[in-house]
Amino acid sequence: MADWRDEIFAALKAADIRQVGYVPDAGHARLIELCRAEPTIRAVPLTTEEEGVALAAGAWLGGQRAALLMQSSGVGNCINMLSLTKTCRFPLVILVAMRGEWAEFNPWQVPMGSRTQAALELCDVLVYRVERPEEAAETVTAALDIAFHGDLATAVLLSQRLLGAKRW
Amino acid sequence: MSGNHPRLDRRAAIRLLLADRGDLLLVTGLGSTSWDAASVGDDDRNFYLWGAMGSAAMVGLGLAIAHPDRRVLVVTGDGEMLMGLGALATIGVQRPPNLAIAVFDNGHYGETGMQASHTDSNVALTGVARACGIEQVFDIADEAALQHFAGLVHSAEATLFARIAILAEDAPRVLPPRDGVFLKTRFRRAIGAETG
Repeated sequence: MADWRDEIFAALKAADIRQVGYVPDAGHARLIELCRAEPTIRAVPLTTEEEGVALAAGAWLGGQRAALLMQSSGVGNCINMLSLTKTCRFPLVILVAMRGEWAEFNPWQVPMGSRTQAALELCDVLVYRVERPEEAAETVTAALDIAFHGDLATAVLLSQRLLGAKRW
Repeated sequence: MSGNHPRLDRRAAIRLLLADRGDLLLVTGLGSTSWDAASVGDDDRNFYLWGAMGSAAMVGLGLAIAHPDRRVLVVTGDGEMLMGLGALATIGVQRPPNLAIAVFDNGHYGETGMQASHTDSNVALTGVARACGIEQVFDIADEAALQHFAGLVHSAEATLFARIAILAEDAPRVLPPRDGVFLKTRFRRAIGAETG
């Protein structure tokens, strides 16, 4: 069986994602590397995650599909910017590498990590969670479908149990 | 700071920037620059941000990448740009040749009661843009320089950044549509990204 990260990348490609905004993250490292190497995808490193919400809106205005890669802490940075997504009903797909949960060493990650899903749902973002590798690609595909077919905001939380807790 | 005298009238400046706009795509920031654009006349190819402060330049970046064959102009204010300064670093890395950012800088937050902004002190947006790797940077305070920049918006083969010194005056409000779904859908239709 292929690596689940490669399968997520294939799902993004199959959905014709053309722009990927990201903030560097260990959990997304492989996916970021694949996106940067893919000629049909413009990989855009961001200084902060809310830039990505605006980038995705601009991409859609111009007729392209975008996806965002960020860590759970970055979700907190997006809150006000998600008003752009909701007010205009921009489709949005955020893949979130979770921190601050399963076997977390650093307590500073916990306040945002333990409230990531609640914060997203408070902003009317549909949230799906992946705990097992075999669920990853199909969950991302489901999020892409509902987002781009219905002009809706979605997030897929890749759990820390799936990613493996950071080793210190 | 340089280029504070003279300063331009904001409505005259937007008229000049949008004269002979051709197929130019426009993104405006919260809030006075959206009223400025509306004062020239509403257009399906205008995307006005009524919120999401700090997002204008990044919306422009996503649009410019998505549509490399169209020119994209972002017009926003100093306060809106200051809230998303990181966007200049992000744009400095991407540098799409069809993107121009024009900041109407009056050194004040016009929508909240004309409180001084950081650019009224010692912060220079042109310096930030240059330091972020944007090579074509303009500090504009008169009509001739603005005219030159307006031409480049249609022809330059590099990302442009202009700080345009404008008078800190409240212009009469001209409000564009504020239904976000309507603005999005008509924009996409106007450029052929949405059918039906």
